[in-house]
Amino acid sequence: MKYSLFQNITILFSGLIVLFIIAPLFSMFIQTGKSEFLEIIVDEDVLNSIWLTLSTAFMTTIIFAFFSIPFAYLMARNDFPFKGVLQGIIDLPVVIPHSAAGIALLGFVSRDSALGKFANLFGLDFIGSSLGIGIAMAFVSLPFFVNAARDGFYNVPRRLEQAAYTLGASPFRTFITISLPLAWRNILSGFIMMFARGMSEFGAVVIVAYHPMITPVLIYEYFGAFGLKYARPVSVIFVTISLLVFIILRSLSKDRDIVRA
Amino acid sequence: MLELKNISKKYKQFSLKEINLRVENGDYFVLLGNSGSGKSLLLELIAGLIQPKEGEIYLNGDNLTKKPIQKRQIGLVFQDFALFPHKTVQENILYALNVSGEGNAEKKAKLNDIAVRMNIQHLLNRMPGTLSGGESQRVALARTLVKKPKVLLLDEPLSSLDVQLRSGLRALLKEINKKGQTIIHVTHDYDEAIALGKKVAVIDDGKIIQSGTIQSVFKNPESEFVANFVGMKNFFKSILYQNKERTFAKVNGETEICLLSDDEEGEGYVMIRDEDILIYDKRPESSAMNNFEGIVKEAIPARLGMEVAIQASLLFFVLITHESYERMELEQGKKVWISFKASAVRFLKT
Repeated sequence: MKYSLFQNITILFSGLIVLFIIAPLFSMFIQTGKSEFLEIIVDEDVLNSIWLTLSTAFMTTIIFAFFSIPFAYLMARNDFPFKGVLQGIIDLPVVIPHSAAGIALLGFVSRDSALGKFANLFGLDFIGSSLGIGIAMAFVSLPFFVNAARDGFYNVPRRLEQAAYTLGASPFRTFITISLPLAWRNILSGFIMMFARGMSEFGAVVIVAYHPMITPVLIYEYFGAFGLKYARPVSVIFVTISLLVFIILRSLSKDRDIVRA
Repeated sequence: MLELKNISKKYKQFSLKEINLRVENGDYFVLLGNSGSGKSLLLELIAGLIQPKEGEIYLNGDNLTKKPIQKRQIGLVFQDFALFPHKTVQENILYALNVSGEGNAEKKAKLNDIAVRMNIQHLLNRMPGTLSGGESQRVALARTLVKKPKVLLLDEPLSSLDVQLRSGLRALLKEINKKGQTIIHVTHDYDEAIALGKKVAVIDDGKIIQSGTIQSVFKNPESEFVANFVGMKNFFKSILYQNKERTFAKVNGETEICLLSDDEEGEGYVMIRDEDILIYDKRPESSAMNNFEGIVKEAIPARLGMEVAIQASLLFFVLITHESYERMELEQGKKVWISFKASAVRFLKT
């Protein structure tokens, strides 16, 4: 089969783009020696940081997703003044530098702030705790969930909700039995994106909570203290685990193939 | 009885204006109008999906205007059926019963009963995405009827079905109405209105232009819009029968009109467009099967040409040019013959 010039250029550009993503990761994997890898894989600090990263990102995503679903539904179903402004606010964490996000959060949750003092009454401290890590992760990753869930609800035909009302269902029942199941794939996809974005966050977390160390901070710490040779195996382990989690969650989201109206 | 009193509603660029309507219990009421005339909006107002700005809606004396949709006891079948795509046919039908919290045995009995009535027993475990248009329509009807609504609203129920399926569904709708179900049916198709409706209201630009029995509206259009829309002044209730391999429609028990039809014998309406009838001074010698002698009753200038009313055994309306009208000197009382071909006659079974 003969390809046209345009097709050849398209294939060439596509190849370059894929290579751009694959090449650094691939070189990182092949440059990591077996002995370095085996040494790091039993390092308690590394294992603890991976567990902390995954568990904090997961819990944060669950909690914030739960509270964001009604908001996503509101944004999908209602028109109101300044809706565009509100949408802009949602997207803000994506466009601002994450270190700046960290600085903003630090002022907001520090021990001297109103929120910090209030939390202190219950013996809680945002700074230097997994609570602070979770807040930093949520701040930068929440837009991925809200936007995906909003699109999901937007794609559910309003007619179906109206049909449920005429059959006697309350708005809450309609939401639970019709809107939510039909938007589920988008919601799950948003969940995965938020989780992935949260666990890979560095800039905001490093400012709010350097300790306890999540893996992205630990990689930075190893790089600064011991150099590339020590930072690379940790990166390899974390990238591998991230990819595995991502693949597992993606395959789960494909199981529910809902026939659209 | 469903009663709409002075209903007005502005919706985006469109408004419904002072709608007054009465639908008796057990009626088959057709709302007839072009697309964008406001008929579907009116249906949504009755169902409670939107609220009127002014006016009130009563059902058997009970004021529904402010009642939530869920408590109106009005069923609505949407034009696109709106079946829940993630639920099986059975779950779709049970949805309405689950909401009302009925016992399992009762639910099962109601499900089986409606499945038999709608002939969908074999579809209960299917997903809506795998159903044909006709099957989806039956399931949508079943899901709505299982709640036993006091009024059933149908939004263009036949428009997405192909021609063969329509007659089957018409028969089903008639059957449902015969059992006492009040139906309000929205359509742009006057064939549907004739075939199904007992009463009709013609709606245009958010206003009800005319309402009444099918015969009164189609035969005596009160406005140019209705006349143009329904367009059938030669419109007679009749009985179709076969005689010596020919088909006739007998009107008023005496006048026989020959026509081409493969319908079965029975009641219906015959229609002849006024431009398909020819006027002669004497009995014409032609292939046309229908020839009647009559006298000119009156002649009215129409938008195009002249409309001449000729009293034969029936009153026929004939549309001719001004030139023909003057050349034939069709003054009142003049004896003439009219003629039309069997193929120009339409029959719609009711």
